[in-house]
Amino acid sequence: MTVQEQFERRPRAWLYQMLIILIVMAALVWSSSAIQINETESDGATVALRIINGIFHPDAKLLFDLSRQGVLYLLLETICIAFLGTVVGAILSIPLSFLSATNIVPRPIALIGRFLIMAIRTVPVFVYGLMLIMVTGPGPFAGLLTMSLCSIGMLSKMFIETIEDLDKRILESLAAAGCTTFQKIRYGILPQLFPSFASTIIYRFDMNLRDATVLGLVGAGGIGAPLIFAMSSYRWNEVGAILTGLVILVLIVEFFSNRIRNKLARGL
Amino acid sequence: MNPYDKLFPPKRITLSNGKTVEEKRSRTPLVLLILLIASIVSVRITGFNFSTIINRGNQFFVIFRKMAPPDTSYLPKIWQPLFDTIKMSLLGSFIGSLLAIPFAVIASSNIVRNRFVIAVVRLFLSIVRTLPTLVTALIATYIFGLGTLAGTTAITVFTFSYVGKILYEEIETADMGPYEAMEAMGFGKVNAFRYAVAPQILPSYLSNCLFCFEGNVRYAAILGYVGAGGLGLILNEKIGWREYDKVGMILIMLFFTVLIIESLSHYLRSKLT
Repeated sequence: MTVQEQFERRPRAWLYQMLIILIVMAALVWSSSAIQINETESDGATVALRIINGIFHPDAKLLFDLSRQGVLYLLLETICIAFLGTVVGAILSIPLSFLSATNIVPRPIALIGRFLIMAIRTVPVFVYGLMLIMVTGPGPFAGLLTMSLCSIGMLSKMFIETIEDLDKRILESLAAAGCTTFQKIRYGILPQLFPSFASTIIYRFDMNLRDATVLGLVGAGGIGAPLIFAMSSYRWNEVGAILTGLVILVLIVEFFSNRIRNKLARGL
Repeated sequence: MNPYDKLFPPKRITLSNGKTVEEKRSRTPLVLLILLIASIVSVRITGFNFSTIINRGNQFFVIFRKMAPPDTSYLPKIWQPLFDTIKMSLLGSFIGSLLAIPFAVIASSNIVRNRFVIAVVRLFLSIVRTLPTLVTALIATYIFGLGTLAGTTAITVFTFSYVGKILYEEIETADMGPYEAMEAMGFGKVNAFRYAVAPQILPSYLSNCLFCFEGNVRYAAILGYVGAGGLGLILNEKIGWREYDKVGMILIMLFFTVLIIESLSHYLRSKLT
């Protein structure tokens, strides 16, 4: 058979492809009504220029201020919120994910667990923030708890995948070698779960640090509130200072977290 | 030699055949110590307090209880903002993932050989990615005015950076054999990329776009808080007026929307791989 003949016999899926393109086009046309130009007081371009100009001339005094209102302290507070929030979130999600893994519990229970996780994930951040401020009052503590509740969704989703990928043959061979249940867990299950869990948790810490600004909306501590205050009062130099600090911090943390996660993936 | 190994010299074990091997000391105590210190510092700074949770934990459910039963008569007014949210995330994800393609190609080290160009494009992508979506949305509302256009812009920017990063990593892991073969046969760079690399990365690219869209629907619901249109707008308003039964109804609708979109995207992604 020549190449030409084989090429002629390639599967023809043009109808299928046209259908997909049509559906996507229809969806796009439907959603194009989201672009509606509203009247603003001043011309958009000049506003944009002023914002960009302000952000690129950050307020150096605020950036290197060591007091409690300075960017450095706020960043430290944000790191602490993200760190403890991730830890608490991980502690909450581990039992939840074991209860929703189909190879540990029967299917109906696992489905209930997944439904619960899904429901926890749907509630937007600021709703949690408001509920938790009722508990602790405004401040970083509320932010920490909000962060942990928001972490549950993604953490337990990844944990479940890891748990369901557990290799059970290792347990059988350990049992054949005469190991006790405790030894089976210590040498058969933990080494399989630990690297992936640790990697997921570090990744989530990364994300939490980046999302910490959302907490500022409800007054739950961290760098978000000063950032949003500065933005709504058009003090773009301050916005520039805060954003510079935040971007540099996130880039540094991301660099280290990527290195640690690479190490974990390849085995220590 | 690692400083840690100098401080705690490895254990020497003499085997039965007279050979000595070294077992490096475990790093676990060091990691645990660092985690412990970090936890203590964080507890100090955030004012974490267990007794507060135990004593006042029931306050958390006060708003929850007020949400039930949800106000079903409010349903007709939810559709419009709900569709706005979906439209915003659909359009934003589409434009963002299209925009990401050229940048991702320039940022992958196996297509472009110039190190300087790669470093600049990657730095640009990382900086855009670290910008909080809320900040982009707020800036967009100043430029485009309140409404869905601002939200669409914010989602576009986020999708662009997210898909861009994953896409260049994907391109770098692609098998370059066919690409080189096509270049040797006389294809230009663009055509060689189109026929050799694109088919390899297309399924995972589409699946990442779908995944991003899925997350964006949930994120778009928050953006309304800064006036960028969609579900967040009415959610914020109803929370402000303390009409928690309506908040409950909005949350239920959001839950089912996210559920439907996630199962649809999950199905499509399982088809792709």
